[in-house]
Amino acid sequence: MLTHLPILQVIVPLLAAPLCLMLDGSRFVWAFALLASLLAGVISGLLLWQVETGGTLSYALGGWQAPIGIEYRIDLLSAYLLLIVSAMGTLVLLGAYRSVNKELAAGARTYFYVAYLLCLAGLLGIVAAGDAFNVFVFLEISSLGSYILISLGRDRRALWAAFQYLVVGTIGATFILIGVGFLYAMTGTLNMMDLAQRIPSVSESTTVLVAFTFLVVGVCLKLAMFPLHVWLPNAYAFAPSIATAFLAASATKVAVYLLFRFSFGVFGVALTESILPLQEVFIGLGLAGVFVASLVAISQHNIKRMLAYSSVAQIGYMIIGYGLDSQAGTTAALLHLFNHALMKAALFMALAAVVYHHGSVLLKDLAGLGTTMPWTAAALVGGGLSLIGVPLTVGFISKWYLVQAALEQDLWWLALLIVVGSLLAIVYVWRMIEPMYFAPASSDRPRSVGNTPEAPRSLLLVIWILVAANLYFGIDTRLPVGIAEAAAQQIFGVRF
Amino acid sequence: MILDLYNYWIVVVLMMVGLFIIVSRGNLVKKVIGLNIFQTSVFVFYISLGKVEDGSAPILSDSVSVYSNPLPHVLILTAIVVGVATTALGLALVIRIKEAYGTVEEDDIQTLDDQQ
Repeated sequence: MLTHLPILQVIVPLLAAPLCLMLDGSRFVWAFALLASLLAGVISGLLLWQVETGGTLSYALGGWQAPIGIEYRIDLLSAYLLLIVSAMGTLVLLGAYRSVNKELAAGARTYFYVAYLLCLAGLLGIVAAGDAFNVFVFLEISSLGSYILISLGRDRRALWAAFQYLVVGTIGATFILIGVGFLYAMTGTLNMMDLAQRIPSVSESTTVLVAFTFLVVGVCLKLAMFPLHVWLPNAYAFAPSIATAFLAASATKVAVYLLFRFSFGVFGVALTESILPLQEVFIGLGLAGVFVASLVAISQHNIKRMLAYSSVAQIGYMIIGYGLDSQAGTTAALLHLFNHALMKAALFMALAAVVYHHGSVLLKDLAGLGTTMPWTAAALVGGGLSLIGVPLTVGFISKWYLVQAALEQDLWWLALLIVVGSLLAIVYVWRMIEPMYFAPASSDRPRSVGNTPEAPRSLLLVIWILVAANLYFGIDTRLPVGIAEAAAQQIFGVRF
Repeated sequence: MILDLYNYWIVVVLMMVGLFIIVSRGNLVKKVIGLNIFQTSVFVFYISLGKVEDGSAPILSDSVSVYSNPLPHVLILTAIVVGVATTALGLALVIRIKEAYGTVEEDDIQTLDDQQ
């Protein structure tokens, strides 16, 4: 049983998704989906433990050995990502029941859970697969799942946002397909380890350069790197709150993983030594993302949209870490990936609680939230502080590592700009906090049912688990830092 | 010489036609069609890769010694399924957009959204 964990990781949610359709009643469907994702979470925990004790796992699908057969390969980086994605998927789903019932029509609830599980299975598959074409297939499974999740939003603009994402996402995935095709033409293999061995002998050819370009642009479309981010703000703003929390915590993270996997694991490129000035390009785009997206975030009135722009900015930090092209930079990016998943999951779940009572999350809906929904408001403050990067929160840890990585290469101006970028975060987080504590609750608002204006307990539980994780991993950093450092070392071990 | 690689020229032309339709047309159904043409160009690209000169169809036979590579064909079979699923979902979204907005023109949808 334990030897089959790599495939079970993907199969469990993938099979559970259609089974949901056979169940009746949204409570059962939710419980079943939760069970499946919990199982996936346990499996990823076991996988991480196996990888840490026994080294990289290789699983031959159907007993056909790689490179002929399809290989699932779990190294430390994959195991780390699997744990992040499945843990976030489970936590978000744990708090989902009441919010989904409130936001979605009765007929759509089952499909929500089906799409959720499909998306989860696709994301886990991308990370587990050691085969470039499998990555494409799982990418499309997860993307189709996320288009459905977004389109289920209550506002009609959700449909339009989902359609726009579908067009952009399909172009991105097809670019990846083209890149894989060029690689296959040059090397005759699809297995990532094989590719990594064969590419150096043909690395001078333009074809490989073109393949790299297509893959990177395709992945960057998926991870919403500035200026390829235009699909993201509307998709996050109008999707059901639970879907936003899940996608923000997992989907872009997996795309960042792909960027690292392809460029360092498969191509083994040193960005600094290539023909194009890639290091400058990525650091430049990362910085532009941080500043432009933060400035746009400041002017938003819809909090979900504001945090969506903030996501684009935070992805900018990860791109800077990638662009630094060093072990320290990679460590910082991987750390930020984990930490950003924690803070955005906490914040978007807290917003789900606000939507639960007010139906929307415009700035005016937050007025007086500090007295009407004290626990939710406090959670928003906690997540916001983490987003800024205040010491004792996870946000501080990853920025600290990123600044150190910049200083390691004597890029003083870059370190300075990273800090200035965080100052911009203070502005938009403050815009969110101010009405909660310093504006009176408007009296004409319909009070929520009964005497409990606070969010449902199940939702509150999840929000506070996530906020507590934000604080805990900000103080006791051993787990994420240890894994991120070891994973970065493993990536660069392949390269040099 | 250049025409020897005519299949790749077809790929490039189809790809550009597809992308151009996606970017330039405001009608959502046309956008889905453009997306389809774009994807199809990549299918042709893969299938061209698998063709071995003078190779026959990859079916085992005593009279044939050179076969075309069947792997790209199989990959594209999968990619076609993915493409069909994407098209179906895209068209389903277009129907829902038509119901919600009463139009499938990008400009009209933007105008309606701006009014909100």
